Amino acid sequence: MLDLLSGFITELRNAGLPVSLTENLDAMEAIKHIPMEDRDAFKYALGATLVKNNAHWRSFETVFEVYFSLRGPEYAIDGDKDADEFWREMQEQQRQGNGGSGGMEGLSAEELMSILMKALMGGDQAMMRALARQAVQRFAGMEPGRPVGGTYYLYRTLRNLDLEAMLEKLMEISRQEVGGNLTALEERLERDEHKDQIEKFKQEIESEIRRRLVADRGVEAMAKTLRKPLPEDVEFMHASRDEMQNLKKALQPLTRKLAARLARKRRHGRKGPLDFRSTVRHSLSYGGVPADPQFKYPRPAKPELMVVADISGSVAAFARFTLMLVYAIQGQFSKVRSFVFIDGLDEVTEYFRNTEDIGVAIHRVNTEADVIWVDGHSDYGHAFEVFWNKFGKEIGPKTTVLLLGDARNNYHASGSWVIKEMRQKARHVYWLNPEPKSYWNTGDSIVSEYGTFTDGVYECRNMRQLEAFVEKLA
Amino acid sequence: MTHRFDSVQTVREGLKDVHYLADDGIAGVVFLADRLGKPVLVEGPAGTGKTQLAKSVADFTGARLIRLQCYEGLDESKALYEWNYKKQLLRIQADRKSDSWEDVHDDIFGEDFLLTRPLLEAITSEDPVVLLIDEVDRVEVETEALLLEILSEYQVSIPELGTIQAKQIPLVFLTSNNTRELSEALKRRCLFLHVDYPDMEREKEIVLTRVEGITENLADQIARIVRSIRQLDLKKAPSVSETIDWARTLVLLGIEHIEAEQAKETLHILLKYQTDIAKAAKELSIDK
Repeated sequence: MLDLLSGFITELRNAGLPVSLTENLDAMEAIKHIPMEDRDAFKYALGATLVKNNAHWRSFETVFEVYFSLRGPEYAIDGDKDADEFWREMQEQQRQGNGGSGGMEGLSAEELMSILMKALMGGDQAMMRALARQAVQRFAGMEPGRPVGGTYYLYRTLRNLDLEAMLEKLMEISRQEVGGNLTALEERLERDEHKDQIEKFKQEIESEIRRRLVADRGVEAMAKTLRKPLPEDVEFMHASRDEMQNLKKALQPLTRKLAARLARKRRHGRKGPLDFRSTVRHSLSYGGVPADPQFKYPRPAKPELMVVADISGSVAAFARFTLMLVYAIQGQFSKVRSFVFIDGLDEVTEYFRNTEDIGVAIHRVNTEADVIWVDGHSDYGHAFEVFWNKFGKEIGPKTTVLLLGDARNNYHASGSWVIKEMRQKARHVYWLNPEPKSYWNTGDSIVSEYGTFTDGVYECRNMRQLEAFVEKLA
Repeated sequence: MTHRFDSVQTVREGLKDVHYLADDGIAGVVFLADRLGKPVLVEGPAGTGKTQLAKSVADFTGARLIRLQCYEGLDESKALYEWNYKKQLLRIQADRKSDSWEDVHDDIFGEDFLLTRPLLEAITSEDPVVLLIDEVDRVEVETEALLLEILSEYQVSIPELGTIQAKQIPLVFLTSNNTRELSEALKRRCLFLHVDYPDMEREKEIVLTRVEGITENLADQIARIVRSIRQLDLKKAPSVSETIDWARTLVLLGIEHIEAEQAKETLHILLKYQTDIAKAAKELSIDK
């Protein structure tokens, strides 16, 4: 058991979770009090002692599933077992499973589907689990030692089940149940209900596949393939759609934290000159002796921000995130103006001003902004020239200019003189590059040509780096 | 040391008796907190019953609840202890001639002159207590350090008096709305519990237990609508307390079955931003 746990904790650390020695000891202490058979309680016990940040919970869950997936109430295992034994256990359990799950082997595909439909309708968890096991066995075509990822098996299983059609069928049944038509509200509620059930079923299938893969390949190999970066470490440029969703969710609390921190920093900066009035006022409680001198807090001017972002293909996601972040904390700046470009340039400040919903504004940026001049390939030189001619005179000594992009200019003229001019008028000019540092200045990237004229070029590949930069900025 | 709870199940049932419906995670962590003698750091969105958890635990264990509300600028004299200066002054003036310097010195720094504040009170208390340190993320990082000694050793060091050990280990809950990252030192000393919005079944149960005179049918409908609303991309998702408020309103209005019209009229109890209300109304197609 101890070995298993220490392997588990090593894997957590590999996945990027900060697990300290005391937390490790706490976990060991905690599991003494929790029976191993109660898998949920066991999971929460480990979670409470090892994971101290909710954003890390998903990573924890994945690792947990891999390491302890075969240890649950359904498969009462006693004592210590290592990875080899899992496999044997697995096969044995499969044999039992075939006998135990009510002879599902003999069912035809149609019968299986109708059972599934009933289970989904009634929200029958145990039945769903049994069905997931059956479906994977039947459709996924898993063979030991086959070097294919879990997603492939998942795809195969789901293709055969056709859950989309299932949703419609379920809706149909709901409609029939009330005898006729549902009101719009009811329709929506029913749909959400069924979607929720189907989602649960998908998760069952996923964990079933994972369970089998673990049994086949061993715990450590599996944990390694499933290792995913923590939300704050996901790279903007390579984020999948799911990861994007998670990033968006993570952005909200992050901006709140950032804004609170910045406001606090502004208030508790260095002390200013003596505040005479306040000192006299406070001295009254000491009988007129100025025992507690009061100081004025300097109120540093809030910077004015101009964001100029490349929104062409590869870097678009990064630009969106930076814009979202900047607007979420716009209270920290006296004024924010934003511009987007590909080879033409357009101001998009209005989109953000007219709506409270940043998502809507971003959508308008993507669809309405007029950023194409010739062919829709990045042309930094032209975009900068347009920017300088139209808005250059509005850059003042309070303005901070943020340039976002990978500086891949498709071998056009660089127009770097604009940056040079800009630097002389503005307070600061920064460049944020979403590419890894090692890629800079390779191929058509000319980031260092621009970089020499700015106050700094920063690598901004993930949320963590972006957050650090914004904190420095405000 | 004797334990308060026999099993996770007892915690769960005990909490249920005082109308707090705990899920596996919550009950498990409370159970562990007692067994390991560690504080619990409860984190989660506003209005999911973090503070209520501490209150309910106090309620069902029959312990006294001592609450320390945190805010910016909280300091030692408000959280731990303070010397009663006025009383000390009086003592010195009362018999100026008779006592030697040593006597007075030892005397005025005795426990008689100590004003206990919540943290000290919690550990010196004879009867069982539950200590709630509310919204700990509001204090500055430096002030957090005040809590460390009491959280890990259950003791308070007073320079003039020495170290005061806890008479019994209280159950400690810290709540945080996550407006800033708490220090590693604090997190390390605590068990971590994230309380999220409940799933539909639990929310329905919560509504049923907390709202008097509600029918099962209505509670079910409420829980489903709230779930659908939470799935939308809103500024502020409805919290459990707002769900309960909404349920109470509907009961007061004598509504048995929610129709689109009524839902639209009462939506402002659930959502607090105009844009959110408009969005929810549109999404749930109750806006004509």
